[in-house]
Amino acid sequence: MSTGAIIAGAAETDQLGKLPDHSTLGLHLQAALNALADAGLTTKDIDGIATVSAPGPVQVAHALGVTPRWMDGTGVGGTSFLLHVRHAAAAIAAGQANTVLITHGESGRSRIGAARFAPAPSLPPGQFEAPYGVFGPTTAFTIPVLRYMKDYGLTHEQLAYVAVAQRRWAAKNPRAMFRDPITVDDVLASRLVAYPFHLLECCLVTDGGGALIVTRADRAGDFPKPAVHVLGAGESAETPMISQMRDFTESQAFRLAGQAAFAQAGITTSDVGHLMIYDAFAHLPIYGLEALGFVGKGEAGAFIADGHTEPGGSLPLNTNGGGLSYTHTGMYGMFAMLEAVRQLRGEAAAQVAGPEISVVLGNGGMFATCGVLVLGRGVS
Amino acid sequence: MGKPVPVPTPETQPFWDGCAAGELRIQRCLDCGQAYFYPRPVCPHCGSARIEWFTASGAATLYSYVINHRPAPGFEEDGPYAIAVVQLAEGPRMMTSLVGVPNTPEALELDMPLKVAFEQRGEISLPVFKPAQLEPAP
Repeated sequence: MSTGAIIAGAAETDQLGKLPDHSTLGLHLQAALNALADAGLTTKDIDGIATVSAPGPVQVAHALGVTPRWMDGTGVGGTSFLLHVRHAAAAIAAGQANTVLITHGESGRSRIGAARFAPAPSLPPGQFEAPYGVFGPTTAFTIPVLRYMKDYGLTHEQLAYVAVAQRRWAAKNPRAMFRDPITVDDVLASRLVAYPFHLLECCLVTDGGGALIVTRADRAGDFPKPAVHVLGAGESAETPMISQMRDFTESQAFRLAGQAAFAQAGITTSDVGHLMIYDAFAHLPIYGLEALGFVGKGEAGAFIADGHTEPGGSLPLNTNGGGLSYTHTGMYGMFAMLEAVRQLRGEAAAQVAGPEISVVLGNGGMFATCGVLVLGRGVS
Repeated sequence: MGKPVPVPTPETQPFWDGCAAGELRIQRCLDCGQAYFYPRPVCPHCGSARIEWFTASGAATLYSYVINHRPAPGFEEDGPYAIAVVQLAEGPRMMTSLVGVPNTPEALELDMPLKVAFEQRGEISLPVFKPAQLEPAP
């Protein structure tokens, strides 16, 4: 089964990392032009546009000279771009758009032309979390894991190993920010950011961007690169405040979005040859593997530590090096999708053996939202 | 820049009024009977708008936490500090600070019993939690 949509173009900005000569908007536009070139299209072919604020779809469309007949400005954190793909596929199926451009750009490190974010002191997070010294993801996204460790026996060494496994993928990728091999001892010796999390268990902060072009599956043969089919998609939301997450040992949003995507695609975990799980912190692949059903509850830490997700393992996971080693602009979801597209096309830096199906799980906020996509080389 | 001070809204004012009076006032549903937090005009368990305020016991247990080494603006003088989530005896959870106990992994054991206390922050009395054994025996 399929949504009836394909990804026809996919590209990142020329560079990722520290890019003080590019604004947030500039990164969106460079990524858009690169994705259009990848698909052999021009701005004249685009009739739908989706991105987050800021700068938002109106600004991006206008800067490119596109007058859209469909747009989506869903902004629910770093997974927003996965939701844009899902919404674009639905719009294409409904005849509301033919060819949708989805852009991401973020001056996450250099903060050039970037919006500042702090919760208003009258909003619930401003009243009930900020007064206790919460300040950004390192102080909040991290809070659930001690509960998980106590209830399911996850060790500090297993948590650290997530970063070790992903560095092994990054070592194969010339575009990854961090490529030098690391050990569990290195991770545990790096400075504490928010106990129990050390620096190497937290993602990078970089500048960069990426873009996708989504269109009708009946045009699959019309583009220079092999089409990547959007076989299934799901989305959900759980909580705007980490303190109100229902169960600190599992993400309801991950589970619900995953179930919807797998059901639409008509697949099970045994069909999946490649997996991307948004890793702003080292515990997210653990929560993601369990929510999607690849392992049982409490088993993911040992599964990763036993080598199953690293090069040579049975379930290649975060093969670009992930947010922990590849890049993380602040909204990483676009990069997770782009790596899945490269793997299915057979053009990844750390290419795995011919995956037919790749699954991408994107997180938004701090366990706030989730999007899951099932992508495939073809439609079965 | 000082520590953030909550700004109440009409829906949350009774909670902050309770804190000013040294009480942890939260809401419960008159239809399904379940307590909930944060304050809002609808029961998140069953959707009912028939709700009431009541004074919680102030007893809680430590559900999870981090010890933050990169202080938020206003927290620079505190040294590494715990950001905790506690589970109230009545069921709901809330974020808080832990006082009267070293904010170290050795001193902070999950599920340890806690009791509410209040700290003045600007015009607001802010609920924090301390180990329950610091309470004098009844």
